[in-house]
Amino acid sequence: MTILSVRKLEKTFGRIVAARDISLDVPAGQTVGIIGANGAGKTTFVNMITGHLRPTEGTITFEGRDIAGLPSRDITRLGISRSFQVAQIFPSLSVFDNVCAAAAIARGPVSMLGRATTPLRSPQTLAEADALIDLFQLASFRSRRAATLAQGVRKLLDIAMAVAAWPRLLLLDEPTSGISIEEKFAIMDVIMQALKSRRITILFVEHDMEIVERFADRVLAFYDGTVIADGTPERTLADPNVLGLIGGARPAAAPARTADV
Amino acid sequence: MLTAFAILTDGLVYAAYLFVVAIGLTLIFGVMKILNVAHGAFYAFGAYGSATAVGLYFDRGLPVAGGFLLMVLAGMTLGLVIGFVLERGILRLVYGKDEVIVVLVTYAVFLILEDVVILIWGPGTYPAYQPLVAAGNVAVGRLILSGYDLGLIGFAVVLAFAARLALRHTRYGRLLTVVIFDRETAAAFGIDVTTVYTATFVLGAVLGALGGAVMAPKIAVTLGIGVEVIVLAFAVVAIGGMGSVEGALVGAVIVGLCRAAAVHLVPQVELFVIYGVMALVLVFRPYGLFTRARPRRI
Amino acid sequence: MAGRANLVGALAFVLVAAIAPSLPAWLISLATIAFANALVVLGLVVLWRAGLVSFGQALYYAIGAYSAALLWRLLGVTDAAVMVVGGGAAAALVAFLVGLLLARYREIFFAMLSLAVSMILYGALVKTEALGSTDGFNVAPATFLGHTPAGQARNLWLFWLTLGTCAVAALVVGGYFRSIAGALAVPVRDNELRVEFLGVSADRLIHAKLTLAGALGGVGGALAALAVGHVDPNMAYWTTSGGFVFVTILAGASSVAAAFVGSLLFELVRSYAVDILPGTWQIILGSVLLLTILFLPDGIGSVLSRRARPPEAQAR
Repeated sequence: MTILSVRKLEKTFGRIVAARDISLDVPAGQTVGIIGANGAGKTTFVNMITGHLRPTEGTITFEGRDIAGLPSRDITRLGISRSFQVAQIFPSLSVFDNVCAAAAIARGPVSMLGRATTPLRSPQTLAEADALIDLFQLASFRSRRAATLAQGVRKLLDIAMAVAAWPRLLLLDEPTSGISIEEKFAIMDVIMQALKSRRITILFVEHDMEIVERFADRVLAFYDGTVIADGTPERTLADPNVLGLIGGARPAAAPARTADV
Repeated sequence: MLTAFAILTDGLVYAAYLFVVAIGLTLIFGVMKILNVAHGAFYAFGAYGSATAVGLYFDRGLPVAGGFLLMVLAGMTLGLVIGFVLERGILRLVYGKDEVIVVLVTYAVFLILEDVVILIWGPGTYPAYQPLVAAGNVAVGRLILSGYDLGLIGFAVVLAFAARLALRHTRYGRLLTVVIFDRETAAAFGIDVTTVYTATFVLGAVLGALGGAVMAPKIAVTLGIGVEVIVLAFAVVAIGGMGSVEGALVGAVIVGLCRAAAVHLVPQVELFVIYGVMALVLVFRPYGLFTRARPRRI
Repeated sequence: MAGRANLVGALAFVLVAAIAPSLPAWLISLATIAFANALVVLGLVVLWRAGLVSFGQALYYAIGAYSAALLWRLLGVTDAAVMVVGGGAAAALVAFLVGLLLARYREIFFAMLSLAVSMILYGALVKTEALGSTDGFNVAPATFLGHTPAGQARNLWLFWLTLGTCAVAALVVGGYFRSIAGALAVPVRDNELRVEFLGVSADRLIHAKLTLAGALGGVGGALAALAVGHVDPNMAYWTTSGGFVFVTILAGASSVAAAFVGSLLFELVRSYAVDILPGTWQIILGSVLLLTILFLPDGIGSVLSRRARPPEAQAR
């Protein structure tokens, strides 16, 4: 089943063409890596899918529904979530309270009156928050104030909050950026395990080719606002166009899995 | 017809003094990101100082020009002193803190300064009409205009040009523009942001006081003029855009004309009209006419 | 936890109501005003938790007061409860409408807009002869469900009504703070973008808070009008708003009870200060406010500083 379908997507800012002529289909359950140099249009693409930007042209269809131009809060309600290049969390709350807030919003009523009369710490919300903490191995950070977290844990929290809404499609914007090389794989392992257990279709933007090769079923290579290659990691990362324009030598075998974070 | 003309002249006079006050407010905000609620106090001190000077100087047979100079200087000096004391003494302690905290601080300062005014000058009214009379009247066709009003408008125009020139062609002016645009980068380039802050705040204070000083002959200098003006000045800056000098000018003209129209036609709705116009502008340009929209990048 | 706090609060209210008849008259009057004002402060706390400072709550205070007074003057209503509900409803309506504009703004823009809107009302009240302009007008003594007490008995009944209203407000607001909408105040303050991406409209959330704060302000204003027996434009003046902000800062935003205790202390101190040091009340107010902000930022409630300690993970 195709969960996401994009046709002739385009975004221009005045005379700047940030994205052009993007068309693709994503089957449910796939894990898609998105690579490309900075400014190639990857984040613009993610922003359009998640409602932060309105496309200038083209259509975005999610589970058969046209979502192009909808605001991000509506798109979240429909089943698409995202994480951010710079982890977007609530710094003055504890990790548990962060996740609790996300879970409460996801489970709770949508109307303002409903939200004003439903307690935050209902048993279901607390249980869901606990589940997310376990899923992303955040138990040892549970009462820590989010502002004090290291980068890797912040990113996990960011993704945990995105997952609270039980999305069917999740977009991760550079999930391992800013994380040390030793930790990257470990953290990606935690993330991917968690997401697979919830059968989430994943699109992740990544600069580290080893990560892409290791975790993606399919790779989209962006250049100059459009997709120049689309296929399995082996094929795409060996594609002469990709090598020439985006760079990177053919990576060696991925390193062995390291211990949990 | 006569009413229309009266609205125009009154409107331009309001615009003139609003511009003088608002330009200080907008500069302080643009450079320091501080919304100085106490700016109304500068205006009040300027007005009271000027009125006192007028009371002392005029009616003594001294040259009139000296009187004009003295009242302006009296106002500006008060602005300079109070601005300096405030910036060095209190604001310095809250730089870098939450913007809301800084506004609370300026609000508290405003409360204090309002009472200080009463302590110094008491609750009475200080008339200072002599300069108004001294400036005489000018006949334009069949209409009679106040010389003082015309002078005020001319003064504001000169100030606008001077501000534009200074911002573009003097070293300090260009420093200000850079800091307004991007404070962090300016500091990274070695610009002494602290000194720029002090100079800007004091300049803003002086301009605020100057607005009060030149308006003293036209208004009843009494309690509450500070708050009245901050409410208007804020509308001006909101319409024009925080940190924009052209915005302050355009906003001042808009607010001035609206206010004059209301005062002449339906006085009760004076502030409603002004804020109605402001609300209208904000619907289309949420941060004013001359501010660049800054979408959040993620 | 919430249940226990409610029980303690209820006991406190009942206790105070019970001993009221034996308290001196001046204290009853002062406490009535203090608790009426505490409702306005409670509204400010609602906003503050979301990171918003309103410098114009006096707008709703005045609307509540004048609406209650006009219910009597135009319709002959004297029942206190009706007047209070009327005042609250009128203020809530205005808050809803004003909120349509204000909910889009944050931080200093919001603060100044709220100040400006309240001063618009002030200006309009001052210029309206029919409402007595700067003098305002008196309000007839209140009746209570047909019962017309006289003299000190009336003050006592009004005190009980105020107490009861405050108890209800405390219950409602306390529950709101524990609800999803109430608890989202801190996330909105911390990171609005994230809240939007979780599926909530921050503007609509804040609009609801503005309406709630306005309603509370209006109820407080109506009670104050009945307590003082008079309404005047000064109730909308910016220094009135300043007094409310002052109490909010001192009381902090962490508990509902603090609004009431803080307001009571404020009124006690104010009556002494005005007696001993007339003409410098604003200097004292502003100075204490300044000193508190500068030197006791942590001591005045964790919400003021954005580097707050998080609430405990367990339910309170």
